[in-house]
Amino acid sequence: MAHHNFDRFAAGPLWHNGPTPGGIYNFPGRQVEDSGRFQERSKQPITTGTSVIAFKYDNGVEKGVAIAADMLGSYGSLARFRDCRRLCKVNNQIIVGAGGDYADFQYVQSMIEQKTIDDECLDDGFSMKPRAIYTWLTNILYNRRSKMDPFWNNFIVAGMQDGEPYLGSIDKLGTAYEDNIIGTGLGMQLGVPLIREAIERKPLMSKAEAQQLLVHTMEVLFYRDARSFPKYQLGFITPDGVTISDPLYLDNQKWGFALYKK
Amino acid sequence: MSTIGAGYDLSASQFSPDGRVFQVEYAQKAVENSGTVIGLRGKDCIVLAVEKLVTSKLYEAGSNRRIFNVDRHIGMAVSGLISDARQIVETARAECANYRSQYGTNIPLKYLNDRVSMFMHAYTLYSAVRPFGCSVILAAYEADGPQMYMIDPSGVSYGYLGCAVGKAKQSAKTEIEKLNLKDMTSDQLVKEAAKIIYQVHDELKDKEFELELSWVGKNTKGVHERVSDAVYQEAERSAKLAMEDDSDSETEDM
Repeated sequence: MAHHNFDRFAAGPLWHNGPTPGGIYNFPGRQVEDSGRFQERSKQPITTGTSVIAFKYDNGVEKGVAIAADMLGSYGSLARFRDCRRLCKVNNQIIVGAGGDYADFQYVQSMIEQKTIDDECLDDGFSMKPRAIYTWLTNILYNRRSKMDPFWNNFIVAGMQDGEPYLGSIDKLGTAYEDNIIGTGLGMQLGVPLIREAIERKPLMSKAEAQQLLVHTMEVLFYRDARSFPKYQLGFITPDGVTISDPLYLDNQKWGFALYKK
Repeated sequence: MSTIGAGYDLSASQFSPDGRVFQVEYAQKAVENSGTVIGLRGKDCIVLAVEKLVTSKLYEAGSNRRIFNVDRHIGMAVSGLISDARQIVETARAECANYRSQYGTNIPLKYLNDRVSMFMHAYTLYSAVRPFGCSVILAAYEADGPQMYMIDPSGVSYGYLGCAVGKAKQSAKTEIEKLNLKDMTSDQLVKEAAKIIYQVHDELKDKEFELELSWVGKNTKGVHERVSDAVYQEAERSAKLAMEDDSDSETEDM
């Protein structure tokens, strides 16, 4: 896409090829070793979201992908923003969920949004499939980490690929993998084993059962993850399309397991 | 040098002694050779219709489309050289993307029209380039209602209630002027647009043509899109019916 140079009307530099005021003069013919300027790169995330969890379900009748993320934007350990939507609909067959730096996520989200619009403008009857977004995101993230300036995110791409559930994950280094159950951050440590166990017990799950399991996992994550929040969203991708719920709340919290609670 | 332009038509950067820029006028001629394109602005909808001339039976149906989505909410219908037009579409899309990345909202049509007009006008200023051999119609449905602009190869643009460009623009304009556009609904607009395209088509000179129809309005929630197959077929059917009625009454007169 052609981009316009909005600086073309700005004044140019006063002179070229001369000594920089206050700089070291490089004599002509000598190899210039250093431009003398430093570039700052991201070394830590600022406002962050915690885990995202997702898994595929299929009982022969109902199939799809279930995905969930809470709505907290943490500022360090401060619970600063309470309405951060971390699941976004890409098109009628894809949801992307993100953890990590929220500003980076919003930036990537705007890239995806424009990509979707470009896609729709073509009006050729095709739309991007989840694996396309997964591969594209992998390239974007790998490219940024190779510049030593990563997007500080974990992404989960969930969708329907040619009628089959699809699930993939990419981290800030561009490391990517596909799986049937995926969690990021603490969701990987605490959420995935729970889901794995539940699915081993009952491999053929309906959408309602998947939802129940997802809510349970979110509840456990809320108990044990200090950067989590009881307000969350659920997303479902089925052959009928994409739904992302309104904010939900974890009611009926049972803190009985906390022995030393006051 | 006793030809038409008398030497003043070789460059877009030179006036003729009587103050004309021939290259621009030739570009407008190129548009007049193209199939007719019309835009109708009704109460809460705009319909774009194109008579796409098909010069060979060997072409695939539906190729070389002349109505484009420039953004989700903006449609562009083009007449003239298709390859020139695609360049304009590409530029307009980049403008929309640029505006969104800077301001986070959809580009207002008025602003896009300014930018695309400037772009087309720039190609009438230099000897190293030629003007675009096409006119474009831009349409959108915004908070304050439907909006439509047409830009010609000189880079001049106007807002319109109804506009026509291409081969039969004169007779199309006459037909459009008969309509009470301000009160028309989207369904009425589509039928009238299809009817006009069928009416102004010259069967003797151009044999085949494909009708293209798109709309943007309240009915599409502000999204520009091709009309659905059902609406298209209904519009085409009623247009053909109207044509038959016309020819029947003509024979009765004789």
